Amino acid sequence: MKTDASQRGLTVQLHQHFSGAGRDFALDLSFVITPGITIVFGSSGAGKTTLLDCIAGLATPDSGKITIGNRVLCDLARGTSLPVQHRKIGYVFQDLALFPHLTVQKNIEYGLSGVNKSERQKKSDAILESFRISDLRGRKPAEISGGERQRVALARALVTDPCVLLLDEPLAALDAATKSKIIDDLRAWNAAHAIPILYITHNREEVFALGDRVLVLENGRIIADGTPHGVMAAPRRESLAQLVGFENIFHAVVAAVHEDRGTMTCRLAYSEVELETPLVRADLGTTLLVGIRAGDILLATVKPEGLSARNIIPGRLLSLEQRDVIVAARVNCGAEMEVHLTLAARDSLQLQPGREVWLIVKTHSCHLMAAS
Amino acid sequence: MDWQAFWLTIRLALLVAAALAVVGLPIAYWIAFSHWRWKFLAEAVVALPIVLPPTVLGFYVLVALGSRSPLGRFWQARTGHTLAFTFSGLVIGSIIYSLPFAVQPFAASFALVDPRLMAASATLGASKLQTFRRVIMPLSIPGLVTGVALSFAHTMGEFGVVLMVGGNIPGVTRTVSIDIYDQVQALNYAAANQTALVLLAISFAVLSLVYGVNRKVWAVLPWK
Repeated sequence: MKTDASQRGLTVQLHQHFSGAGRDFALDLSFVITPGITIVFGSSGAGKTTLLDCIAGLATPDSGKITIGNRVLCDLARGTSLPVQHRKIGYVFQDLALFPHLTVQKNIEYGLSGVNKSERQKKSDAILESFRISDLRGRKPAEISGGERQRVALARALVTDPCVLLLDEPLAALDAATKSKIIDDLRAWNAAHAIPILYITHNREEVFALGDRVLVLENGRIIADGTPHGVMAAPRRESLAQLVGFENIFHAVVAAVHEDRGTMTCRLAYSEVELETPLVRADLGTTLLVGIRAGDILLATVKPEGLSARNIIPGRLLSLEQRDVIVAARVNCGAEMEVHLTLAARDSLQLQPGREVWLIVKTHSCHLMAAS
Repeated sequence: MDWQAFWLTIRLALLVAAALAVVGLPIAYWIAFSHWRWKFLAEAVVALPIVLPPTVLGFYVLVALGSRSPLGRFWQARTGHTLAFTFSGLVIGSIIYSLPFAVQPFAASFALVDPRLMAASATLGASKLQTFRRVIMPLSIPGLVTGVALSFAHTMGEFGVVLMVGGNIPGVTRTVSIDIYDQVQALNYAAANQTALVLLAISFAVLSLVYGVNRKVWAVLPWK
């Protein structure tokens, strides 16, 4: 016997290859999502919008199969693909795509043209009510605020009773308070309808605020799948892109875990230097990579006291090198670290190679990544 | 002033503008949205009447309408007379002659519609035709007005094609621009000037309408 969730679940298997413009990129995905909000998290260019376009039918993958329950949206192996207008998929675009020439009410009723007049009226009244936009029904999209436009776009997509809702960073431009009210209304709507909602974002806070489940997309592949806390707190897999911008990268061993305080102690490999870092999901003795930006490290000539920063490491200045308007200082503190200073800081501290210094690193300036 | 020629010209221009509003839409839609690789050739064909001398165009239309061409024979078999030197022939010639003046503004305004709006319309269950009617057309009103008005004005003033295809038969194919030419030939400058002034005024009015509509719509219709 099939469960309700599998009847309504969205199954996606797809492969698409892009080339051109000096970029060679493949989207290679396979996942199943159940009713509720699933976040797709990834940086721009990870393939998030292409994924949504393939599900909606606006783009056709090279190969793959997409189904909702036992309804096949496309199956490239059999050469079938439902046209966009028959897929029954709600899609809220990043730029919303409200019809500028129609009022809020006409926008919302757009997808109800096949429904008789009294039914249409009833449905649009109900959705206007649940998204608290009844007052706006006679206005045009240009005459309402950003948050109101988001509500209209959601209502327009949901009034047609779609089987799946796709949201492409719809709330990116809103302040946190407006955003959370809209999300509450969306959750309330979905409590009654229970459809799979795929929510795309590149914003970490949204992942924690919204999702029951998160898929992390990188370079066209899903690299992590789980609850927001499980996935986002796990050390991210090291990739070349993530290492860019970290002048200091060390192998480090997890020496102690302070679950209660949300921190860990990591000892840098081949040295006695211990750093307090944010807590990630890693066992004692695991080797991780610690990345610290040179601009995130403070340098002091006397041992500072009364600081909130937890890592104060003694060392010796090896060299100073001016690069345009910053000074790159190399410090040996058991491991060799690069620190960036301003010209004024170098002059007022009268720094010279050989001088004894202290390096100050905040706990959250230590970025942990899984060593590959 | 030759009122017979004047009303004939108005009738011709209205018919041609109306026909192009119908025929021009699918052609413009295809030009705006097709991904066919040889589309540029079709675009060039549609644009030909802009650069072609009217006599060249008129000559080929005359040949195509004549009793030796398949179209001409078909027409003659149905009606018993040829299309050349008739009002119907004039309408057909004028439609071809004014085609780019309707199709190009239509296609340009269709292409300006945000593709995401069409995508949104499709996800909401609308077919391509419904999307065209409910999203593309309403958002292209300035282009549609421009296209219809320009094809009207352009037909009002045509000369070469009319002379080649229609000849100069009063009440049948004699339009105002031919009337002006005749008056000048007869050294009747006052009458020519009178008719020319009317054409000038109509052209100005039509172009004012076009440029007025292409400002923001509310600027023309403040009472909206």
